[in-house]
Amino acid sequence: MKITFPYMGTYHIAFKMLIEGLGHEAIVPPKPSKKTLTYGTQNSPEFACLPFKILLGSYLEAIELGAEMVITSGGAGPCRAGYYGVLHQKILQDLGYDTKIVVMESPFRNIFDFLGKIRSVIGPSGVSWWTFGKVFRKAWEKLKVLDDIEFLSHQIRPFELKRGDTTNVFSKCLEIIDQAGTIPEINEVRVIAKKMLNDIPVDRSRQVLKVGIVGEIYVVLEPFANHDIEITLGEMGVLTHRSIYLSDWTRESTGYESTQKVIEVASPYIDELFGGHGIYSVGHSILYSKKGFDGVVQLAPFTCIPEIVAKPILNKVTQDYNIPVLTVFLDEQTGKAGLQTRLEAFVDLLAQKRDKLEGIAI
Amino acid sequence: MPVKIGIPRALAYYAYYPFWKEFFQKLGLETVISQVTTKQILDDGVKEAVTDACVPIKVFHGHVRDLKDKADYIFVPRLVSINKEKTVTFCPKFLGLPNMIKTSMTGLPPLIDIRVDLKKGKLELFKICYRLGRKFDVGLWTIVKAYSSGMKAQAKYQQLLNEQYSPIEAVNILDGEDSLLANSTDPKLKFAVLGFPYTIYDKFVNVDIINKLRKLGIKVLTAEMVPPKILLQQAKKVPKNLFWNFSNQVLRAALYYLDNSKVDGIIHVTAFGCGPDAMVDKMIELEAKQRGKIPFMSITIDEHTGEAGLMTRIEAFVDMLALRRERS
Ligand code: SF4
Ligand code: SF4
Repeated sequence: MKITFPYMGTYHIAFKMLIEGLGHEAIVPPKPSKKTLTYGTQNSPEFACLPFKILLGSYLEAIELGAEMVITSGGAGPCRAGYYGVLHQKILQDLGYDTKIVVMESPFRNIFDFLGKIRSVIGPSGVSWWTFGKVFRKAWEKLKVLDDIEFLSHQIRPFELKRGDTTNVFSKCLEIIDQAGTIPEINEVRVIAKKMLNDIPVDRSRQVLKVGIVGEIYVVLEPFANHDIEITLGEMGVLTHRSIYLSDWTRESTGYESTQKVIEVASPYIDELFGGHGIYSVGHSILYSKKGFDGVVQLAPFTCIPEIVAKPILNKVTQDYNIPVLTVFLDEQTGKAGLQTRLEAFVDLLAQKRDKLEGIAI
Repeated sequence: MPVKIGIPRALAYYAYYPFWKEFFQKLGLETVISQVTTKQILDDGVKEAVTDACVPIKVFHGHVRDLKDKADYIFVPRLVSINKEKTVTFCPKFLGLPNMIKTSMTGLPPLIDIRVDLKKGKLELFKICYRLGRKFDVGLWTIVKAYSSGMKAQAKYQQLLNEQYSPIEAVNILDGEDSLLANSTDPKLKFAVLGFPYTIYDKFVNVDIINKLRKLGIKVLTAEMVPPKILLQQAKKVPKNLFWNFSNQVLRAALYYLDNSKVDGIIHVTAFGCGPDAMVDKMIELEAKQRGKIPFMSITIDEHTGEAGLMTRIEAFVDMLALRRERS
């Protein structure tokens, strides 16, 4: 069967491997673009959140490429994401497509469960758990490499001597990672990709600002939705740290904070988990402040409920922990240039705050 | 002087006011309710609330503001669930409401931000009442009595709704004021006007749409007028429940009216900036389209909704339906 899935950051590389490993054809949706957004916007309710629109657009593009099934994930609420699948299906039906949307009702944070369900839906009947386990482990390893490499790229970018180097090398790394087919190969490309990034000429004497990225999962993970915010900031000489990586709950190396800890630090502010990532945005911002970060950027789709609830609480956090937070609401009208200007102003503010402006080469 | 409990006339007010009013009064406390929404209240709300909030939330802020100097406490419960449906809760703005109020407004009397999570068990509501009663040093027996009076008032209220009174009319009747059934007895057309109780019954917010329709000779039916049991039966028509109590009510009412051909048209009144509504609106639109019988129109209200534009749209919709009816 021809199967597609949401496009999110670099993860399609791992998803593709999983689906092909199970003997299906993977239809990788084109990287989200203006066209995706237009498709999505035309067929979505006006006030649907941005991820809803991009995803719908992506599915439609994948259907044009022949996809017969969409595998996606839906949260358990109480947010709209949990209802995406149902509504997407209705809209596809209304447009005359019989493509089936299969929703994995499991939180993003538990990828094992997620993949387990994938097996039951699309595992060809002859595949034993053992084979599935192998296929799955490979995909999982790949996901980890993808995260490792991306994480590293954000660590290096603010120091690069030639602007754009890191981004170039990073896309080459992705190509190589995509090629790796076995576990030894994956381990090998991890080493190679790291070396490629580490070989980028840098100026380590630069004083860089550190900014944490929090917010709604899709817009944090998908550069098209956030206008490459991490690259933009990186090239402005800012080291970014993203609070969400799909693989990060399995290890500490990426500066990962356990869910429990995040909720714990946020609890004086919120006694209710109000769905989506609102509470994480608050918790992570506090932790960033404690770790000496200079600022936080909160990314949220326009009309995103949990993040709207989190916003005034973040204002409090700013006062209590002395950490500036820039909230960016994203919709289809958000322009890259406007965002860039806002980011520059924010970075200026942080730099002044640090009073070390001369150290930053912009 | 008895302690005054301020109850904002917004959001969940329309769903549970009779219960709480009766309960507090029987505890020996006084209840003060904020005035009916006015321009002033809306403007205050807009000033106090975060800019990205939906209109109803802004209005709620305005009502809290209105009670600021009139009450000793303001009742802003945190509604988590009000029935046994496991996956159903409220829009996150409801869940975070007390926090939002506390962070964005200053100089308020203390809030009663008790958590209402009834899916925990049958006795939960009583436990909540007990805790509230104890807070005001009321004895157990009085709490029990107040609780059961509250339940009775609420049941009476529901009964009136089932008889197709609107919540406002029902509250008036409970308060002993006479109320005429303003719905015309020989209507030209029948419309289901669906939306959250706090947008449908707040005349100011929705530019008085119900009366406008009634003046055009249209009988207006709302989600509250479908008995809860029948409403719940509609749930199986969709693959998955929504997570939000009020949105489920709206979607289910739409399905009910669509399938029982009780109405000539459906108007969905949505709140500008409301997340859940964006989903529900599209669902209703597609469900209506699929069945192909009952026309559907959606109206979005915000703080600038103008009478004129709205009226033109409503009239066009009504004319179209009247014409359709004549032809068939
Ligand atoms: S978290 Fe925000 S973007 Fe995601 S479904 Fe909820 S409202 Fe939409
Ligand atoms: S359900 Fe919609 S209108 Fe109601 S509070 Fe939530 S966002 Fe606002």
